[in-house]
Parts: sequence; C-alpha cells; structure tokens
Amino acid sequence: MNIRKMLLSLLAPAAALIFALIIAAIALWVVGRNPFDAFASMWSFGTTPTSIASMINRAIPLYIAAIAVAIGFQMGLFNIGVEGQYLLAALFAGWVGGNIGLWSPLHITIIILVAVFVGALWSGIAGFLKVTRGVHEVISTIMLNFIAFSVIAYFLLNWFRDDPTSLNLRTPVFPESGQIPDLNWIFTMFGFSEPRGIALHGFFFVAIGVGIFYYMLVKRTRFGFELRASGMNPGAARMAGVAPKKMVLVTMLISGGVAGLVGLSTMFGSLHSYTQDFPRGLGFTGIAVALLGRNSAVGMALGALLFGFMERSALILDLEDTPKEVVQIMQGVVVLAVVIAYEVVNRMIEKREIKAAAEATRSVDTSEEVTA
Amino acid sequence: MADEALAVELTGITKTFPGVIANEDVNLAVRAGEIHAIVGENGAGKSTLMKIIYGMQAPDDGTIRVRGEEMHFKSPKEAIDEGIGMVHQHFMLADNLTVLENIVLGSEPTKGIQLDFASGRSQINEIGAKYGMDIDPDALVESLTVGARQRTEIVKVLYRGAKILILDEPTAVLVPQEVDELFVSLRELKEEGETVIFISHHLDEVLEIADSITVMRGGRTVATVDPDDVDAKQLAELMVGSELPTPETTESTVTDIVELSIRGLEALSDEGRPLLDDVSFDIHRGEIVGIAGVEGNGQAELIDAIMGILSVSSGSVHFKGEDIVDWSTKRRREDGIGIIPADRHRQGLLLQSPLWENAMLGHQTVKPFAKGPWIDRKGARDRTVAIIDRFGVKTPGPDVAAIALSGGNQQKLIVGKEMIAEPNVLIAAHPTRGIDVGAQAAVWDELRDARKEGLAVLLISADLEELIGLSDRLLVIFSGRIVADLDPHAVTPEELGSYMTGVEVEAAS
Repeated sequence: MNIRKMLLSLLAPAAALIFALIIAAIALWVVGRNPFDAFASMWSFGTTPTSIASMINRAIPLYIAAIAVAIGFQMGLFNIGVEGQYLLAALFAGWVGGNIGLWSPLHITIIILVAVFVGALWSGIAGFLKVTRGVHEVISTIMLNFIAFSVIAYFLLNWFRDDPTSLNLRTPVFPESGQIPDLNWIFTMFGFSEPRGIALHGFFFVAIGVGIFYYMLVKRTRFGFELRASGMNPGAARMAGVAPKKMVLVTMLISGGVAGLVGLSTMFGSLHSYTQDFPRGLGFTGIAVALLGRNSAVGMALGALLFGFMERSALILDLEDTPKEVVQIMQGVVVLAVVIAYEVVNRMIEKREIKAAAEATRSVDTSEEVTA
Repeated sequence: MADEALAVELTGITKTFPGVIANEDVNLAVRAGEIHAIVGENGAGKSTLMKIIYGMQAPDDGTIRVRGEEMHFKSPKEAIDEGIGMVHQHFMLADNLTVLENIVLGSEPTKGIQLDFASGRSQINEIGAKYGMDIDPDALVESLTVGARQRTEIVKVLYRGAKILILDEPTAVLVPQEVDELFVSLRELKEEGETVIFISHHLDEVLEIADSITVMRGGRTVATVDPDDVDAKQLAELMVGSELPTPETTESTVTDIVELSIRGLEALSDEGRPLLDDVSFDIHRGEIVGIAGVEGNGQAELIDAIMGILSVSSGSVHFKGEDIVDWSTKRRREDGIGIIPADRHRQGLLLQSPLWENAMLGHQTVKPFAKGPWIDRKGARDRTVAIIDRFGVKTPGPDVAAIALSGGNQQKLIVGKEMIAEPNVLIAAHPTRGIDVGAQAAVWDELRDARKEGLAVLLISADLEELIGLSDRLLVIFSGRIVADLDPHAVTPEELGSYMTGVEVEAAS
C-alpha cells in the first residue's frame, strides 16, 4: 500500500508538469512558433554540462529560500520577508567577509554566521511584532522588505562601499580565503566535459546540508513535531503544552536564519562581494518553489531544479526569436497545477485510508465473533 | 385542521444527522402575537428546530405551517419572504460599518443606481419609534454596546419585514440592565402584533416575559405550559427529566489525600466580565468530581485555567504541594495533569497525522516519545501499539491517519494515551460525547478502574447519566461560579435543574 501511496503522490507533480507543458505549447503556438521545436531545443540546450551547472547554480538559492518559507508554512506562518532578509544578510556578510582575512574555513564560517544572524534578526522583528502586538506577519514582513531595500542602499552608498571613486558600487571583494572553490571537477569525474564559463558553486553542499537540516528538524525533532502540530491544529497544540507565542518567535528566527543563506551561494562562488546588481527576487520565487515542493525537502529540491532548468533553457528561446516569457507562464502554471493536483491526490489517499480502516474494523469484529 | 390564529405550527418534525437524532417528532404551536419561549438543555434540539423554522435546514419528516399555510423552505431567503426573521446569538454585523449600513446591507434601498440612504434612515427611525427601540443609524457598530448591537440586529430583521422573530438566547450576552431593556422592546413588539420565539436557559427570565413555554428534552418537545401555572423549579424538572439515573453502587475509593486544590480562582474576559468567579474545590486521590452545568457557564474556562491556557486574575491551584498558576501548560502536563479535551477534533487530534503522532501529542517531551530533543519513532510506535491493544482501538495499525478512524476509536486513542501515561490528575471533558454505546462503556470502565488505582478525576459533562453514574461528588457551575456541592446518590432532578439554571442561586441571594 505504501508503494501505491508513493506512486499516487508522484502522480500529482507529473500531471501538473504535463498540464503546464500543454499550456506553454498553446502559448507558443499562439505566437506562431512550433511548440515541439521549441521544447526540443530547450531540452538539447538545457542538458549540456554548462547548462546543468547553471541550472544547479540557479536552483541552490531557490531551494534555500523555499526551505526558509517552508519552515514558516509548517506552522501556518507566511514569511514573505525572505527577500529582504537574504539581501540584508548578504550585504552584511559581504562587508564582513571583505574586511577580514583568516584561515579559510574560519573565514567562511564567520561569513555564514553573520548572514544567519542578520537574517534571523530581521525576521525576528516580524516575529516579535506578532507576539507582542499581534501584527500579522504578512504585513510586517512586506514592510520590512521595503525597509531592508532602503537600509541596504544607505549602507552600501555611505558605509560599506569599497572604493568611493569607482563607479562600481560594491562591498570590498573577499580575499581568496573567503571564497569557495567551484565544483566543476564533478563533471570531469563522471566523464562529462567541464562546464564552460560557469563555475558550479561550492555552496551546493551547504544547500544539501540545509535540506537535511530541514528534514531532520521538521520530521525528527520534538521541536519539529510541535511546529507541525501548531500548524495543523493550534487548539490541540496548545492543549498539548506547546506555547504558541514562543513557537511563533522561534519559527520566525529559524526561517530568517535560513533565509540569510540564500544569497551566499552566488557570493562565495562568483561575485565575492555584495554588489549593486546582486540577484534579487529569489525570496519571492522561493515561495513558489515551496508551494511546488509541498514543503517536502525532496520535493522542493526537485522544484528548485525544475525552475533552474526552465530559467536556463529559456535562454535558447531568445536566440531563436521566441519570447522566453513562455517559460514564466510555465512556471506559474506548474505551481498552480501542482497545488490543485495535490489536493485531488490527497483526497484520493484519504478515501483509501478511511476505507482500509473501515475494513480492518470489520475484520476485527468478525474475528471477535468467531472466537466468542 | 390549519389554525389561522397560529403564527407557526410544527407537527411531527424529525431531523437526523449521521449518528444523531437532533429532533424527533417535535410539535410546536406558536400563537400569533405572543412571546413563546423554548427552553431546554444544550443538545436538547432547540437550535436545530430554529434552523428548520428559519429555512437553514430541511426536516426529514413533518410539516411546517406558517399562518396556516404549509411551507417547504429551501433557504432562509424564503423564510424571510414569509416574514420570519432570526437574531442569532452571535451577531452578524460588520464592525466597521454604521448601523444604517449594516441594516440595509443585502436589501439596500435604491434610487436609480444610487443607494438611497435617506429612505433607509427614515425607515429605521420609524421602526425605532414604533417599537421604542432607541438606535442611532449613523453610529459605527464597533462603538456600540452589546445591547445596542442586539437592537441593531432586531431592527435589521424588522426592516426586512419580519412579523415572526426568532431570538436565539438573546439574554446570554447581556448584562441585567440590558436584559430589562430588551424585555421592554419585546413587549413593544408584542403590542404591535409581532410574534416572538424566544430561546433561553434562564428560567426566571422565561417566566417573566413569555406567554407560553415549550420545554424540549432529548430532541423532543416534552410539554407546553402556561407560565402562570408553573414555577421555576417545576420547569427545571421538566428540562432535566423526572427521573435521574441511579448511580452505580460501587465502593468509594476516595482517600484523604488532596491531589488538586483550587482556591478562589477568578478569570476575566477581555471586556472585564467574570468568566470564573471565586471557584474553590478539592479533588482527592481516588475521587471523581463531576461538574454539572448548562454549557457556557465557565466549564471551558475552568479547564483552560487548570491547564494553564487561560491566565487567572486571582486564586491558586495547588498540585503536588505547589501553587502551579504560573506553570506553563507543558510543565503541568509533564508533571502529571492529563486531559481528555472537550472537542477532540479541535483540541485533541492531528487528523491528517498518523496515530503514533497523535498518541505523542501532549506527551511529546517525555519518554517513550522523546529522547532528548529527538523524537523516538520506535518508542512512539511501540507505545501506540500498546495503547491500541490495551484500549481496543480498532485500526489497521499505528501508521493510519487519525481521520480514518471512527469517533469512538479516536476517543479511545485519546483516553488511552492519557491513561497509559499514568497521570495524577485527569481532566475528562465530555469523555464520551458523540461516540457509540460500546465505546462509551469502555471509556467509563477505564475511568472507574483508574479511580480505583488512585487517580483524581475532574469530570465535566453534559450527560447526566455519566455525571451521576461516575461521580463521587457533583458540583454545579453557573455563571462561572460553583453554586452547589451535591451527593450524586441523593440529588433530585428538581434540585439539579434548579441549580443548573440558576433558580436556586437567585432565590438564595
């Protein structure tokens, strides 16, 4: 029965993806392109080693952002502030990292800790406001995003700027000890050609670590159980001795701490400082990935990779004069379709269990009668 | 056969929900222009009956006549068209709109495509003058007192042309002075020829205002009486039933050791109304103390206060020689206070989660469920299997989601997980509500056995058979106060009913 249950849960994303492909095909057809040609070139371009490295690089921050969002989701908290949390965290991490020179592992650890601390601090404000004043976290985190953007601009311009005479607005560049080497050797190790012009970010391993941390935290710890219980049934959790306010605060702190890591992959791997054109929007896309992966550690990883693949392979469409916005349509549709498909499949699973339980009850009854 | 003088006539109304008969062969005759009270305990079927009259639910059987004409309402809209209006216990008003806006909402007067507030305002003033209901159409609802909100609701119903008003426990939310004002309004309504159906628990109020009284018990209408012919005590007896179950003559296992001692417990609502008022009692080791009372008189608050969910304004709760009012809920549970919550779906279960996680809920910080900060999956599963075996939970296994189980089996799991943890004190709130007879007997046996072993139990229930059958002592709670301490072996229906409905209290004061 469990294998069946697994197959059923795989059915949902598969159906959603096919549905998204159909919608994208219609969109392509409407703009006068042959959908099959477009998909074929996306596939062949998107599966080269260079593209795969790029896909993973794109997926890493999305995955971490999704986990940050999912931690909140587990107890029904909607942390929309991942965006502001990771950018602010990246700014401070970039500034600290560029101003110290230490033994490499220590250097990297300090940068990570700064990012986690700043991210947690920023989300903690929203948690504190909710617990003490009842401010809804959606409102406060949106507001904190805007505040973060302004704070970043101010600090970058006035305090953290590397070279005031340079046109390039950035924090000091990390010395070698603050950089994480690329992982392109993995490709050659498996006999593929090395990605060209792209370095597979070494932060990949940290992302995997964050995924394991998330899984263990939510599924295997007491805290994770209390977190899920609060999300599923606040009344029952309260009766069970879970203090709701403390839960909100701690969850927001952990969510923000993880959010602080979102920008670090690019920072350690390629930019080596916080720059004016530091990648934005990852926090918001992370919400979509969390929905797509249904808060599951593996599901979100697959979702992040799918988004990474779509973004990367869309680049080829530009060269072929096809609007690459088709991919954004696909991203949107796939999230919506997955949400709906999961709901349908969950109901199927539930019905199945109720039936099984009813049957078990009946068989117990008859066996009792026989023995009696 | 149809009587023109009757505003509403119900004959043979039956309504069943899965597993529950809410109304059975209900007969009700409300004369036009009278105030007709319907009294009965919670669960007696009053609300269902009102919903049927108001078109919110269709009866399975029986006929509804309004002014002699047979009706088959499919929605409240059709009932409103026939001049029936309902004022719900929980007001359905938008706080940030004015009285005027709230009243016209849904049936707005228009002039062309524009809203005609002027005509609405004049109509409201007219209604106010006619029925003596003082109301300011331009006041914001959030600034109104509870009494004024209720007047707004009544005017809203009248504005829609109601000639028959159903008021669902209108006095429950009012302070005494507001009750007097309401009664003045109701008499005005009667003067103007309106019919009022009035639901209440408060027998003195009913006797004061009603022209006739129908008593419901166990989903049936048991009697319709004239208020001049009965007194509150007789009415109480009708509500509770003339025969109380006889308690089981089991040997008393009550010891001298006080396990839980509550003294002068007080708690206030956000508005400063007392929820619990000077509650004091002891529970001894091996004793079951029953709390009887009409629902909503402080039972839920008492449970929350003992569990540390509701903060108390004064008083003490002594447990294991310490005052625990400042303890967290977690600490209270870890130290041996168990709870069977009143509403298993809202307070007791994670419906989508497997049984073993449900068994863990409330014990997630202790062995065998936890190992330091980690969940002990094997320990939790083994414990769950033990609960399933010992308490006869019918399930394919511990990994099934709780939602797949029947109510009785869900309840057995909850009772089992609390019992197996061997608490010192158990709060059992409606432990057998909504479960089948077999499961009920099993739960009762468990409680009796645990009592023999020395467990101190606080039993809160609406089921008199349960209360009298299990309790060593019976306390009655009314308006947040303990108003009586009775011997379940000697109590009479009249006594119990009087205390539960507050008759005895008012007589004494």
